[in-house]
Amino acid sequence: MPPQPLVTARRLRKVYGKPGAREFTAVDGIDFEVRRGEAFGLLGANGAGKSSTMRMIACVSPVSGGDLTILGRDAATDGPAIRARLGVVPQDDTVDTELTVRENLLIYGRYFGLSKVEVRRRAAELLEFARLTEKADESVGALSGGMRRRLTIARALVNSPDIVLLDEPTTGLDPQARHLLWERLFQLKREGVTLLLTTHYMDEAEQLCDRLVVMDSGRIVAEGAPAELISRYTTREVVELRLTDGDRATYGDELRSLVARFEDLADRLLLYTDDGEDVLSRAHATGARPITALVRRSTLEDVFLTLTGRSLVD
Amino acid sequence: MPERTVTGAAPALRELGYWLHRYRRIWRGTVVISVANPLLFLTALGAGLGKLINTRTAAALHGTPYLHFVLPGLLAAAAMQTTYVEAAGPVLQSVRTRGNYRAAATTPLDPTDILYGHLLFILLRVTMTGAMFALVGAAFGTVGATRALLLAPCTTLIGLAFATPVAAWAVTVSRPASLTMMMRFAILPLYMFSGTFFPTTGLPGPLRDLAEATPLWHGVELCRSLALGTATAAATAVHVGYLAAMAAVGLWAARRSYRRVLHA
Repeated sequence: MPPQPLVTARRLRKVYGKPGAREFTAVDGIDFEVRRGEAFGLLGANGAGKSSTMRMIACVSPVSGGDLTILGRDAATDGPAIRARLGVVPQDDTVDTELTVRENLLIYGRYFGLSKVEVRRRAAELLEFARLTEKADESVGALSGGMRRRLTIARALVNSPDIVLLDEPTTGLDPQARHLLWERLFQLKREGVTLLLTTHYMDEAEQLCDRLVVMDSGRIVAEGAPAELISRYTTREVVELRLTDGDRATYGDELRSLVARFEDLADRLLLYTDDGEDVLSRAHATGARPITALVRRSTLEDVFLTLTGRSLVD
Repeated sequence: MPERTVTGAAPALRELGYWLHRYRRIWRGTVVISVANPLLFLTALGAGLGKLINTRTAAALHGTPYLHFVLPGLLAAAAMQTTYVEAAGPVLQSVRTRGNYRAAATTPLDPTDILYGHLLFILLRVTMTGAMFALVGAAFGTVGATRALLLAPCTTLIGLAFATPVAAWAVTVSRPASLTMMMRFAILPLYMFSGTFFPTTGLPGPLRDLAEATPLWHGVELCRSLALGTATAAATAVHVGYLAAMAAVGLWAARRSYRRVLHA
């Protein structure tokens, strides 16, 4: 018998507002499973229903319809018992800026009913993990955005959770801070912690997720490993061309005829192919003079574009 | 799956622990304020205004020195004001800017645990303020020591009556300016017109009825009748009943709005 999934969602729905005109369906009947030890991603544009799904799994938002089982318990009735075993990293850091870094960990640990001795020991370990030991007794107000996010992650680990939920973990961070954060999350993965994260960054999803679902307008439009989704929904390579408006009008149709799939975006044209160099040379042969031309491998961004007709990041 | 048993204090006490931890850093300042506030009031009103009043209109005060009359009024009003200050701003910050409510909501605590824990802290603060006020009054000789002891639980009741509806409302507020408006247009008028400084019997008919329908008037009357030794069982029951009913309705509303905001 395969091991029980840690999270099982069946026909899961979230509806906000009063029934009728002001009703808004954020999550519209989705099914998925999260397995022990994997990093599972919810990928989608803003407003796709990722955060609503996360909040339901965190048991801070009641389920409007369907079933949600977490760690073998029903989210509708066992909220406190489930929350006791989750670690939550919210999108906005809810750390107390008037307290020190260490105090934030101690206080949060006490919320889980950990003893003073236990929580002190955990805090020291987690400060080390989050590379914040040197900042331990400084006020949180003095931390950079990246440090603050690492503190939020350390705080989420204080109860040694079975699942860590991360809502847009690197939004608003500079590239260096993002990479350090990813590195810390990899460390958690290596230790066997199950990660569940939402993101609208396709590079983040490709880097971190073993498996993901693509969400759009409250529904799941695709599910699989990043590489699987790329091979299923798009070609191996993409030719990206930026043209002058004149060239675009003159050669657009001819360029379109070079490939089976073509995207006409506001600032560039995308030509999907398994042989980028070949298509690029044939594009040049049409007489078009691109301002920039680039051959790259397909990414989840292209998967998302194929599935929804829209870009992930506007 | 191994069950991890969570031990430790009741959930609401963990929330109280958060507030006590924060309070550790500022308690000295609050004690100074709690003592200085009645000292200043009693000096100004007793030594200054009181002298003037005692020589002119002692009849309206039934022969009581003005200082003895005004102390329980000020104490009840201070209980309301402290409660408002402790409940309104901190609740708004907890759910918005600082987000400590939202952080606590991701732990095993339910929204009602968070509410109860914070209410306990507010009641602790208002009772401390009330006790200090009564102590200063007793030191001035304006209220007997045994009667002063009775005043502290009265401030707890006034605190509970105001803290619950204020928290129920503040948790839904998004603009800090709304809190200032409430202070200016609800709390201050109550402070001035609920019999704090003068007997409401002197007000014209409809205004008097209005003043005597307010919760602070019941709080003031409760404290004053106990301090001056004029309390009757019936009147005390009405005052206590009024404040307890307000606390009960407030608690119902707060449980509801905390759930709606923290578990949206």
